[in-house]
Amino acid sequence: MMARPTRVDRLGTLLALVVAAALALLPFVVFKTNRIVPGEPKALAAVLPGWATLGLYACLSLVAAVAVCLSSARIRFGASLCGIVASAAALAAAADRLTPLGNKIVRVAPGAGFWVLLIGLGLMTTDAVARMRLAPAARVVMLACFLAAAYLVLAHGAFDNLSIMREYAVNAGRFTNEVRRHVALAVGSLGAAVIVALPLGILCHRQPKLRPGMLGVLNVIQTIPSIALFGILMVPLGALALAVPLAARLGVSGIGAAPAAVALFLYSLLPIVANTVAGLRRVSPATVEAARGMGMTNLQVLTAIELVLALPVILTGIRIVLVQNIGLTTIAALIGGGGLGAFVFQGIGQTATDLVLLGAIPTVTLAFCAAVMLDALVEVLDRARA
Amino acid sequence: MITLEKLTKRYGEATVVNEVSLTVERNSITVIVGTSGSGKSTLLRMINRLVEPTSGRVLIGGSDTTREPAHLLRRRIGYAIQSHGLFPHRTVAENIAVVPRLLGWDVARTQVRVRELLGIFQLDPATFADKFPHQLSGGQQQRVGVARALAAEPEVLLMDEPFGALDPIIRTKAQDDLLDIQHHFGTTIVLVTHDIDEAFRLGDRVAVMSEGRVLQYGRPAELLTQPSDPLVARMTGVADRAMKLLSLTTAAEAAEPGESDGPEVSGSASLREVLSELVWRGVSSASVVAADGTRKGRITMQGILSHGHPA
Repeated sequence: MMARPTRVDRLGTLLALVVAAALALLPFVVFKTNRIVPGEPKALAAVLPGWATLGLYACLSLVAAVAVCLSSARIRFGASLCGIVASAAALAAAADRLTPLGNKIVRVAPGAGFWVLLIGLGLMTTDAVARMRLAPAARVVMLACFLAAAYLVLAHGAFDNLSIMREYAVNAGRFTNEVRRHVALAVGSLGAAVIVALPLGILCHRQPKLRPGMLGVLNVIQTIPSIALFGILMVPLGALALAVPLAARLGVSGIGAAPAAVALFLYSLLPIVANTVAGLRRVSPATVEAARGMGMTNLQVLTAIELVLALPVILTGIRIVLVQNIGLTTIAALIGGGGLGAFVFQGIGQTATDLVLLGAIPTVTLAFCAAVMLDALVEVLDRARA
Repeated sequence: MITLEKLTKRYGEATVVNEVSLTVERNSITVIVGTSGSGKSTLLRMINRLVEPTSGRVLIGGSDTTREPAHLLRRRIGYAIQSHGLFPHRTVAENIAVVPRLLGWDVARTQVRVRELLGIFQLDPATFADKFPHQLSGGQQQRVGVARALAAEPEVLLMDEPFGALDPIIRTKAQDDLLDIQHHFGTTIVLVTHDIDEAFRLGDRVAVMSEGRVLQYGRPAELLTQPSDPLVARMTGVADRAMKLLSLTTAAEAAEPGESDGPEVSGSASLREVLSELVWRGVSSASVVAADGTRKGRITMQGILSHGHPA
């Protein structure tokens, strides 16, 4: 496809202006002599040699020009990707230059300027991907490529002098475990919720009288703040562990993973029940009537017609729950449930922002990946019936 | 072939169908006509037990329909409805194959049958088999709906306002097609409509329903010439009843020996059409020509007059 010059791109212009202002006014990196002292902001030019700074600015200016002037989604995508690679390389180089050889005490963290730059380029990338109208499978493959590339770069050690990676190096043993715990809590509670919510949704659809009551109760659960719900659950689960030794042996107790899993499960119910009801209501009554009239059994009508036709809407509910759960699981760490929130709360306790980021960035990445994959799945399933 | 015995359906206080008894002849089209709320759809749906009767029974081929599970009964009875109810997530071929699959036909037999039906309904298999319902026009969707109802060669086909969603020109074509298909397969058809013209056009016998009761059940000409109830007369229409009666007789049936120097009319044309032609041309007779081109005699204005009122 030819890149044809068109009118000025509004989103691109806005992003370019915000990023330019951020780079001019905010520090690119923050230097700290140790982990917890307040940092010393540094502009890029003060850290890297002149040619490197000029090179990065030239590269970013080109990206900005593309963002403002060109409408071709592929070129915009390529440009934003180049911008991300160049910015990341500059950050890694700055970290290397600011860290005396072999020194493990000093910390170099990305500054506000870098974060705004990264967000700007990230928005440009996702906007370009959306404009390319990729097939669902292609989007998933692209995500996998991104993750693989990021993994290779991190494994190679290019960012080892960056503060987040320093925190990672210290916590490497725990990190994998906490990620596993996080995913297990988020996905496990979702799985249990699907098993319970799907029949509840079908029941609400079949017995409309039940619907207001059921959705009302689930709505109330949804409005309880998560910390309060953890607190409420501590009492009965603690009592259960005391009364039933088997439960205690299975790991049920007032604090830890059990109340976290139960709370996430309860939060998951409403979106899935509500979307199951909405999905089933979307199925045309004529279709169900024809299916029955043709001699399908009630079970066949439900599984081969109603649920299949409602599936995209139900999956949309599951997508909401999964993304919500990945975020909420962070709070589970407060009651000893583990997960990536452990780093976040530990970091807050130690006023160590880098440790907070070690918990937060993987959480956001997980949620993003879950959203991309489930969106792709919903689109594949919905395609047959435009 | 289908016998309804004192069939009744009540919902709480409301009696929707009230002790209806009638017999549908094999290989014929029976039309149940009535206003909305007359209970005609409920009556139809009691035949395949989508609605279970409060009392009374239905016999098909002499056997009580409650003898087997409802879903097995329905697989032997074709069912087509107004908004066709095609499965939006399945292709045209898969939609037509629903009942054969439920009955466990092997793949090859199902495929042959699907292709045969697509051909009969003038839907080229190469073009239409793999399309989804939303890619078809309203008329095509309706034809697929009827093809699906006929897929497993049912002896009985129930149709609930099957042409209700079609515009008038396509509807006339669809009605002609249904008559052809009924001749082709010899299926016993029970069709529900609110359109009295459709009832007269399609029905070998017509049952007029009002408030849950069948007011009169008979051949179209009987309903016109001997209405048993003022409501039947009102429904069949008093103002143009002569025209309706003429439309029930074909030129071939009314032809008398003799020559005519008037225009040629087809033997399958109704006397109503012949009359229109004569008036239009300002002549008093026409010669009747069969489909194979042979002359079958003539029709005169006098002859038409003798068919346009009760004998």
